[in-house]
Amino acid sequence: MAIVGTSVHRNDAWAKARGAAKFTGDIRLPGMVEVAVVRSPHARARILEIDTSRASQINGVLGVFTARDIPGKNLVPLVFQDMPALAMDEVRYHGEAVALVVGDTREAAWAGARAVDVKYRVMDAILDPIKALDKDADKLHGNDNVFRRWTVKKGNVDKALQNAHLVVKGTYHTPYQEHLYLEPQSMVAWWSDEGYIEVHGSMQCPFYVRDAVAAVLGLDLSSVHVIQATTGGGFGGKEDVPSTIAAHAALASFLTGRPARLVLSRDEDILVTSKRHPAVIEYESGFDEQGRLLGVKARYVMDAGAYATLSPIVLWRGTMHAAGPYRVEHVDIEALAVATNKVPCGAYRGFGEPQIHFAFESQMDIAADKLGIDPIEMRLKNALEPGDTTATGQVLKKDVGLVQALNAVREASSWDSRFETPGRKQGTVRRGLGVSAVYYGVGLGAAGQALDRAGAFVQVMYDGSAVFAVGTVEMGQGMVSQLSQVIAQELGVSIERVRALPPDTNLLPDSGPTVASRTTVMSGNAVLNACARIKQQLLEATAGILNEPVDALTIEPGRVTGKNGAATLDEVLHRCFLERRDLASTGWFKSPETTWDEKKGQGSPYMTFAWAANVVEVEVDTETGVVTPIEIWAAHDVGKAINPAQVRGQIIGGSLQGLGYGLMEEIIHKDGLMQNNRLSQYIVPTIGDAPKINAIIIETGFEHGPYGAKGFGEQPLIGIAPALANAVYNATGKRVKTLPITPERLFAALHDDKTVD
Amino acid sequence: MRIEFEVNNRPVVLDTEPDRRLLDVLRDDLGLLSVKEGCSEGECGACTVILNGRAVLSCLTMVGQVQGGRILTSEGLVKDGELHPIQKAFVEAGAVQCGFCTPGFVMSSYALLQRNPNPDEDAIKQALSGNICRCTGYAQLIEAVQAAAKANNE
Repeated sequence: MAIVGTSVHRNDAWAKARGAAKFTGDIRLPGMVEVAVVRSPHARARILEIDTSRASQINGVLGVFTARDIPGKNLVPLVFQDMPALAMDEVRYHGEAVALVVGDTREAAWAGARAVDVKYRVMDAILDPIKALDKDADKLHGNDNVFRRWTVKKGNVDKALQNAHLVVKGTYHTPYQEHLYLEPQSMVAWWSDEGYIEVHGSMQCPFYVRDAVAAVLGLDLSSVHVIQATTGGGFGGKEDVPSTIAAHAALASFLTGRPARLVLSRDEDILVTSKRHPAVIEYESGFDEQGRLLGVKARYVMDAGAYATLSPIVLWRGTMHAAGPYRVEHVDIEALAVATNKVPCGAYRGFGEPQIHFAFESQMDIAADKLGIDPIEMRLKNALEPGDTTATGQVLKKDVGLVQALNAVREASSWDSRFETPGRKQGTVRRGLGVSAVYYGVGLGAAGQALDRAGAFVQVMYDGSAVFAVGTVEMGQGMVSQLSQVIAQELGVSIERVRALPPDTNLLPDSGPTVASRTTVMSGNAVLNACARIKQQLLEATAGILNEPVDALTIEPGRVTGKNGAATLDEVLHRCFLERRDLASTGWFKSPETTWDEKKGQGSPYMTFAWAANVVEVEVDTETGVVTPIEIWAAHDVGKAINPAQVRGQIIGGSLQGLGYGLMEEIIHKDGLMQNNRLSQYIVPTIGDAPKINAIIIETGFEHGPYGAKGFGEQPLIGIAPALANAVYNATGKRVKTLPITPERLFAALHDDKTVD
Repeated sequence: MRIEFEVNNRPVVLDTEPDRRLLDVLRDDLGLLSVKEGCSEGECGACTVILNGRAVLSCLTMVGQVQGGRILTSEGLVKDGELHPIQKAFVEAGAVQCGFCTPGFVMSSYALLQRNPNPDEDAIKQALSGNICRCTGYAQLIEAVQAAAKANNE
């Protein structure tokens, strides 16, 4: 019986359902102290003086520390080496950390933080990324405020647009999006005078946390022991940010000699942690009379915030996908990540793709409407298929499921019988259908190739139970369960008796970050690699029992069968024990080669792509501008679903986050100060906002994937906002080019009698 | 101040300030760590517990308010090591992903099924509208409550 491909229950769900899973905030250590962070109330200011005397005298305060107390480098290392752990002379965004206060209790630490007197001289802040690009703008980074610039170039786009039958031009604005994982950022650090520090916490990237703690404390990497705790959601928000949280907790522990815990409050978490980049996208697309896409020209500007953090590579992914999942011969994409005095933006599910998908999928819809072509037909005409070449020059293999996905949502939504030409509907309340096509490059790709590797450890015990550990993390997405399925499938052990150990930076090789929808492929293959060695041992032992050659044997659940007989797994394991066979193994995997030629703006950036199509149905109240999502159909090519129920979980959950992005989620600034960093003011979808979401799984395989699986966890979010906007257009004849489509924004569009830009 | 109440069918007597949050008392004094702090202002529902049969937010409840009351947390639903049918339904329906919101949803579901053993979808949505889940998209949570209701009635 196959275990891979079936919807077994998650093996971590039992403990989570009874509330027994230990999250970082649940860790209790003897003598543990609490950390509070003093944060900048200004978007940009000079620090003139930090007076800690009043704070130090507060009952229960054990220490107040500033940048000057850092024993190692004042640095949270990432793509660039530009972000300090604590601000030194200048604060560059509202909420930037200035000092740490350590207290016996949380109350004492917070009382101390409020009593630290920081004298600032407020400076003019740069808040608009477009203005930051002005020649005479004040400089936050380099001589142009551009952290990074990427281009894709192919053919002659100006000529293609000149000769096009139809050119569509649009400017699109997309908002911040906050991850709002339910568990706030949290870390516990425990310095030992034996010369090492142990760090437990909520994180996606234990090896990033290790690097940051080693930098601020000036320690060897081997002296920083990072162990991930149960992590309550990440969505990218726990990629790089936990490095800073851990650096603060580690400093507090090192400087006081006590185990130290830092748990951000929710308002603090929303204020200071990374977000999806707001973007301004200018887009031109040219088409022939039949609707074929001839050329694409785009300028994609991201508001990166005060430090580079992950922006250079978020931008890279967005750039790689900027022409859409379509055949197009002439392309000119320019993308820029621009410095401003706002919170550093970073990774969020989709990683630079949702913004640009909103732009090109709106463009596609406008063109379909102008040419009188059905929107799904329009996409099918241009959709990439096996053997096609992408805008960057990557030749696609067999695993391209976009056409299947488009056809699947077309059929499931009864599109052909229900889709009506836009703008002709009457009445106050109107329904509409919209579609989007999506693709997602799996893994880190050429820009992050050095990190695209993964390690595993698997051990089978002689009682038939097994343990494993990998260098990537479980954060809710279901990794542990899927890898347990792989081990049960390969080694015949019972899945109920496979236990996952937490990622541990001292015992596992640097496996890169748990991001980029890479875990199923990377850790799946690393586990397979480890299992292969153990499997060989099991087979050799069985060969001795059954007197059959190894290649005649098959591992099945609980037994090994040959041509003439079978041995139970217990018998095989006993034999292994007597023969002193090693049933523990490490495993390793590195991704297939990818390329990017920055000068030419061409290459084969990803090992493969996942593909998707979405149809969203809405009801619009034209008197109020309120959009009610009615139903979503989401078809995803995942290569192979190792656990279909979990794939469905990713599709439904990701789609709803995408709906929040399209409909309601927005961070509001006033003079550079964040105004709505509270859960009562930053609105995310509740159960009452969730429409019926139909998940459709398409499996085209993947030659390098475990059992043919691709990664796809980010993809469900990406295409919902554009399909939503297209549905709103279908219902009302109004094109909204700024997200989110709030009632206020749509009301203005409906009643101003013009398109909103 | 002396405060007496019952938690998970056991009597508790505390000498403590009445204005402490019930959330902190349950977690820090009584070690009931299933009760999670997600937002501290009554918006996320992760700290939901049952007080005298009703779902309440323990971050907005002061311990002085529970004098003489009966409190139930997710730990208290487990009998002889066996998960409660609601908790089991959450596992089987795939309603658990990261798990941080789960105990709160379980308690809101428990309160609902106590007063309405046959809730329709709207009633489930109403009862769970004060709990936020960022992982699942909610469909599996509705399915879990429906399955638990069905199991209860069989």
